[in-house]
Amino acid sequence: MTLFIQQLFDGLALGGVYCLAAIGLTLIFGVLRIPNLAHGALYMLGAYVTYFFLVTVGVPYVAAIGLAAVVLALLGVLMERLVFHPLRNAPHTHHMIAAVGAMFFFQAVAQALWGADFRRMESPISGSVTILGAQISWQRIVIVGTAVVVLGLLTWFVKRSIHGQTIEAIEQDRTGSSLVGISPSRVSMLTFGLAAALATVAAGLVAPINLLSPTMGDALSLKVFAIIILGGLGSLPGAVVGGFALALAEVMTSTYVSAAAGEGIAFVVIVLVLAIRPTGLFARAVQR
Amino acid sequence: MTTTFSPQRIGTVLVALALLAAPLTLGGEEYVLRVLTVGATYAIAVYGMNLILGLTGQLSLAHGGFFGIGVYVVGLLTTDYHWAFWPSLAVAVVATAVGGYVAGVVALRTHEEYFAIFTMAMGFIIFLVISRWESVTHAHSGVSGVKFPEGFGAVDFSEPIVMYYLVLVFLLGAAYVTYAVRRSGIGRTLVAIRTSEDLARSIGVNVGLNKQLAFAASTTLAGLGGGLFAAVQGFVGPSAAGIDLTFEMLMFILVGGLGTVLGPVVGTFLVLFLFEFFQDFEAYRFLVLGPIIVVLVIFAPRGIVGYLNQFVGRVRSRRANGSRNPGRPHDDRKAESTTDVKEAL
Amino acid sequence: MTLLEVRGLGKHFSGLHAVDDVDLDIAEGRITAIIGPNGAGKSTLFNLLAGFYRPTSGTVRFHDRDITGMSPHRTVAHGIARTFQTTKLFEDATVLDNVLSGRIVRSRSTVFDAVLRTPRHRREERLNLDKAMAALEFTGIAGYRDEIAASVPQEVQKRVSIALALATEPQLLLLDEPAAGLTEEETVGFAQLIRDIVADGITVGLVEHRMSMVMSLADHILVLDHGKEIASGTPDAIRTDPQVIEAYLGADHADQEGAG
Repeated sequence: MTLFIQQLFDGLALGGVYCLAAIGLTLIFGVLRIPNLAHGALYMLGAYVTYFFLVTVGVPYVAAIGLAAVVLALLGVLMERLVFHPLRNAPHTHHMIAAVGAMFFFQAVAQALWGADFRRMESPISGSVTILGAQISWQRIVIVGTAVVVLGLLTWFVKRSIHGQTIEAIEQDRTGSSLVGISPSRVSMLTFGLAAALATVAAGLVAPINLLSPTMGDALSLKVFAIIILGGLGSLPGAVVGGFALALAEVMTSTYVSAAAGEGIAFVVIVLVLAIRPTGLFARAVQR
Repeated sequence: MTTTFSPQRIGTVLVALALLAAPLTLGGEEYVLRVLTVGATYAIAVYGMNLILGLTGQLSLAHGGFFGIGVYVVGLLTTDYHWAFWPSLAVAVVATAVGGYVAGVVALRTHEEYFAIFTMAMGFIIFLVISRWESVTHAHSGVSGVKFPEGFGAVDFSEPIVMYYLVLVFLLGAAYVTYAVRRSGIGRTLVAIRTSEDLARSIGVNVGLNKQLAFAASTTLAGLGGGLFAAVQGFVGPSAAGIDLTFEMLMFILVGGLGTVLGPVVGTFLVLFLFEFFQDFEAYRFLVLGPIIVVLVIFAPRGIVGYLNQFVGRVRSRRANGSRNPGRPHDDRKAESTTDVKEAL
Repeated sequence: MTLLEVRGLGKHFSGLHAVDDVDLDIAEGRITAIIGPNGAGKSTLFNLLAGFYRPTSGTVRFHDRDITGMSPHRTVAHGIARTFQTTKLFEDATVLDNVLSGRIVRSRSTVFDAVLRTPRHRREERLNLDKAMAALEFTGIAGYRDEIAASVPQEVQKRVSIALALATEPQLLLLDEPAAGLTEEETVGFAQLIRDIVADGITVGLVEHRMSMVMSLADHILVLDHGKEIASGTPDAIRTDPQVIEAYLGADHADQEGAG
């Protein structure tokens, strides 16, 4: 029972990370129809930039994550302008290939700047509490708390602010919204910036638990794809539910089945969901 | 267009001659010969990718995984199970053909981005099985002592140069199949699917079946390339089934020219040459190559061979237009596309 | 003789009855037109006949064979060809290559024939080229054979799409608004082309907006409104049918609907 509680909290913390990372991807895919395979690489860079501000510059943890999020948001916008904007009318294969190029580049940058070795990032948040006999580290509680707060802010942003409403409008009807004078170009940049910033927050939060490496984003890329396919493309609530569901499934499978099974479950989810519903779980049915 | 001295034909002959003569001019450079032989096994698999991505327009990211199946079938059968090489290679080819066909039944229910994501997940599962199934695949310790192909009479495949020519025969075969497919109604069918599935359907193309066959053909070539790769390397590990390999092949074909006959071989050898050139920088090579991929896909999505074809076509069409119909304004766009479809080599 | 026999055909899209209980007989060697206001279900009906949609009720018989719900690649093989409302072509390919694509369904040679260049393969390629050229001549665009489809004028593109359909050697050709977007003069040329097609022994099904064209061409007219048949008969009978007049007047106020 103690083990279960322990794993439950681990799963919730991981779920928080997955949600934050998946929301960005689901926005980019839902709004812009770009399956951004470089999303995991942005997450990885976010972790390293946080590390840079925390360890090299020496600013406080929360400020380091904030600064890194700003840096990555700018990078996300830059990537949209340089890579995806020129390809906006190209076939989807071109988007994906370009994203792979960007992914390779980001990994090489991280390796050039920080080396290929694993790095550890100490968190100033230490200690743990005992809940029902299980030791839960404060870091994990902070992750879950932050995820909830950020999700709340995001919901508010999408529902209340002009830019947020624009994203939602475009997501629902691309052509319609360009008719009423919303610039798809600005929304596109905004979406990429927001997505990169959210991935950075996720990476900055999880970095003290996991180790940093230039390839840490590889598996995450596919896992977040599993989440948004599970939760429905472009759906924020779907990304949240899918994120927690996949994280819990992973943690429980690694604990009670095997580590390899836990690692593979995301890919099995993709294959199973798409085998049964080729357009994703919550997509509108396509009639023949 | 079928004259003996068409530029495309000359280009094909030049590439073939360069491949045939390469080991002779390199003298005793065994390392270079090895790089070339490994490159040729990749190029065979890249021809497979060309069939599904270049001709049919479906981005399959499971390609590295199927290459890995070929690698491990030959690797494990010739070592742990003491099979001879040739039957092992036959099993690898049949396994990837059947595997590809069956996987295609499900994978091709998905479309566009979903197909790419689905196949990427499939590739990851193959990789995970190979890198974690300790008792069968030896996981990260890999497989060593893979057999060379058994020779015939005086032909001894443990000689690196003989092995090179063996792989080259398969490579030329893959190129010829691509050429024959392109020129025939099958190529027309696949390109029709790539351009518009709806229109293809309306003229009686069985879109699903043809995509499935193209996918199976592509995985078969991946398996063949992988099987030969295992014999060339002698020692193989899970990285021969990794997603990075898929991405590298994607780069090869993009540089060479999607859908063309010579693109896979030109792209593979050119990029491998660049890899060797940047070898001192190891992983940093992607500092340069990453942006190159992006720039290529934005500004030059046709690849080297694609652009050469376009150039040849433009010159030819200008000449033809000049003699036949001098009054007519020339349309560049027309010329470039003509080559793309009619005689891209 | 009835070539295509439709009974009680229906198609529902999540609650919407796009086509509802439609009966239709297309007589061999004649031109049968389907008209109706926007959103009446004309294109949906075509999609059902050609196998692009699977009907939710009813049957379609072609040459006395049940083809209900048969997928398009089989209906084309049986001899039903179609064009699309918005002209669809293989835009990067030449006009000739476009029309050659129409030969795929009549080709028997396999990839092995292509690789080995068997006599069968060569014979077939020659036959395909002849048939494609014949279709280009027939539609009067042989001069454009080496041009890229996307670069030729719109009227020629429409003719290419018909040549492409003809290359599949259909017995029934379904034309979805073949004259949409054409000038008055070009429309006259198209009407003549359609007459030529029928004179060549091919039965034509026609969805068209231009009443003048329909009235002068069609032997039989089916009028749809909201997916249902409201009238059926000769042009003269349709012209004076009060329900048809009513539907067309009412249609002026109706919203545009994509399904039309």
